[in-house]
Amino acid sequence: MGLSDLVAALMFLGVVAYAIFGGADFGSGVWDLAAGDARKGAHVRAQIDRSIGPVWEANHVWLIYVLVFLWTGFPETFAAIMTTLFVPWMLVGLGIVLRGGAFAFRKFSSTVREAQIHGAVFAASSVITPFFLGMIAGAVASGRVPADGSGEIWGSWTGPTSWVGGVLAVLTCTFLAGTFLAADADRFGNHELAAQIGRGALRVGAVTGVVSIAAAVTLEVDAESLASGLHGRGLPLIVISAVAGSFSMWRLWAGRWARARVGAVIAVAAIVIGWGVGQYPDILVDAVTIDEAIGARSTQIGLLIVFAFAAVTAVPSLAWLYVLVNRKDWTKPSSDSLS
Amino acid sequence: MSSLIAANELMAARYQMALSLGFHIVLSCFGVALPSLIYVLHRRGLKHPDKEVRTTALMLAKKWAKVSAVLFAVGAVSGTILSFEMGLLWPGLMSEYGDVIGLPFALEGIAFFVEAVFMGIYLYGWDRLAPKVHLRTLIPMIISGAFGTFCILTVNAFMNNPAGFDRDPVTDEIINVDPLAAMFNSAVWGQAAHMYVATFAVTGFLVAAVYAVGMLKGRHDLAHRMGFTVAMVFATIAALVQPVVGHFAGQRLAEDQPSKLAAMELSIESEDRAPLTIGGLYIDGEKRFGIEIPWLGSLASGNSLNQVVPGLEDIPVDERPPVNVTHIAFQLMIAAGTTMALVATYYWWRRRRVGDGVFEERWLMRAVVACGPLAVVALETGWTTTEVGRQPWIVYGELRTEDAVTSNSGIWFSLAAIVVVYTSMALLATKIIRGMTRRWRESGDIDLPTPYGPSEQDKHLVDA
Repeated sequence: MGLSDLVAALMFLGVVAYAIFGGADFGSGVWDLAAGDARKGAHVRAQIDRSIGPVWEANHVWLIYVLVFLWTGFPETFAAIMTTLFVPWMLVGLGIVLRGGAFAFRKFSSTVREAQIHGAVFAASSVITPFFLGMIAGAVASGRVPADGSGEIWGSWTGPTSWVGGVLAVLTCTFLAGTFLAADADRFGNHELAAQIGRGALRVGAVTGVVSIAAAVTLEVDAESLASGLHGRGLPLIVISAVAGSFSMWRLWAGRWARARVGAVIAVAAIVIGWGVGQYPDILVDAVTIDEAIGARSTQIGLLIVFAFAAVTAVPSLAWLYVLVNRKDWTKPSSDSLS
Repeated sequence: MSSLIAANELMAARYQMALSLGFHIVLSCFGVALPSLIYVLHRRGLKHPDKEVRTTALMLAKKWAKVSAVLFAVGAVSGTILSFEMGLLWPGLMSEYGDVIGLPFALEGIAFFVEAVFMGIYLYGWDRLAPKVHLRTLIPMIISGAFGTFCILTVNAFMNNPAGFDRDPVTDEIINVDPLAAMFNSAVWGQAAHMYVATFAVTGFLVAAVYAVGMLKGRHDLAHRMGFTVAMVFATIAALVQPVVGHFAGQRLAEDQPSKLAAMELSIESEDRAPLTIGGLYIDGEKRFGIEIPWLGSLASGNSLNQVVPGLEDIPVDERPPVNVTHIAFQLMIAAGTTMALVATYYWWRRRRVGDGVFEERWLMRAVVACGPLAVVALETGWTTTEVGRQPWIVYGELRTEDAVTSNSGIWFSLAAIVVVYTSMALLATKIIRGMTRRWRESGDIDLPTPYGPSEQDKHLVDA
């Protein structure tokens, strides 16, 4: 494994992390959308704020991490992806702005009406944004982004793989978020809410399973290079994902939310890593390999040093935040808010 | 015809970048500077001997932190879209220089990550962390704000003063990339310092302006006096330091970027003992309507009467920036900055003489209110000066903006979308923050429960 492979692997680590943390974050918005009117949905929405309120900005830094690794490590590939996939990236960008703004605005709304409007924008953009991210992934995976970025402005990201990519992205985000929210609600002592979300997650999981099979069939015809990679090197990861997903469903059935969450995280991580392994050594499927795309060597060594720097600064900070939000007294309302 | 459309698309891309950056830069000022202001209040709230002062200071720290949560959220997402736009709008820049100047972006990513994490911890840490620990969670935010500013400014300084690579003499391709030399180019220290001080001027004056409005409405309580004073201390230091920093940041222009300096100074011919032109327009290759102050131009650009101020005549026509925009933006920045420094100085002089009576002086309070928007004017016109003044280059002397822009058409549509979304964001953020302050005034309670549902209990589902 050379320097370029190492840089690509570290970049892909960001893709996996974003699929998990960003995914659970986006998915929470889907539960918000499905929570019903203000009266019925109040508890779900409050749980969503409690769960992602302190972490949502950090969750989305993973996307910036991936982009920065891409343009520093593989500058021409970054330019090609952004040029060919201009439209979906622009939509993702607007989705992220609307979602983040609306999420913060809802928390400080004065009236129920105002909170509902901001909540609707937050929830709707939580569906749209991962959908277009999934379409982008589908475009790369099916080899529709040429090395020079001269791909079709609409056709490149609207092929069959992009559609299943978009749908699957929304479903996996929702499933992941369901296990996170159920586990959080349970820890907060709201067992009824946990069971309600858990039952929903079970249904979403079943649909996700069916769509995954449809996705596998689509890849066979529409993304042959990736599919052949998945038959070989990628196969163990597909199996792991299927087993972990089934385990997660089984634990949801039994009401063991925290265990279900572990299974869901492994399932998502495995399938995303499977995608990466499946299309290796191409960085743009059927167009460019990692070795061909890599930028200046001195900068790549610099990137490794920056990564090490992040490991001793950002990672411990994030770990502390996760420890804190998972402490019991942290999720309870603070003393003065009830006074 | 096709070149006309291309020129049009280039303008759309430049407007979209200008709007996205111009929006984000105001919010990032708060992200960088506000934690320092909050730290001063929070510390006073823990350490001050007088209980009333402690209570008031802690209350202000809590309120400012809640407002900063909203601003930080909008700043975070508008910053994310900028990272997209680097590639969406300027693929020619990123494909050629991505590996030359990518590292500081990666470092800035870390800085932002740390700031976002500690922002989360600080906001949710009231009554949950030990008071001393809680106060200290602001320090990583302060450090990462400064570090992040530096990293971003290394990139902009690189675009003004490219360094850290060679070109292959045969193929003209970029070789021998040295990312550290690219980061630590000769423009970076002046630019980074100028921007960092600006974050405190913008934040300080905008916060002081909010409290000055309160003073004009007759709210002279301890909270208003304290909020005003803390903001004004930061604003004043920034306003007085900034002209000096800006002066030294500009010294390199005569040598490194003569076309930018010529446009800023509206200088037609290269000359020593050059005048400083106040006002004036560049029409048909001539200077019109300006007032000239002899010799001051040379002194301002090089601290010496012998300093030659470059003239536009010596710059090839196709390498001249838009002269009027650059010159007027530069002069507006100077005018706004000078006004801010004068108002701040006058305020402290009056305060020494009349003490708290200074808050009753309505014209002074009105002047402070005006300084809020003026600080934003200085920020935006300063950026306009450096960005428009660099044109027609995106990387000075190396890559033209027109060669870096995306080949996609339809940028006017994405620009229109950005205009609509950003305008709504600005209006909604203003509405939300005004709603917060109104509720604080009406209830007297710092916490702002979220109305998840119609019943009273629904408001207490989450800690406010």
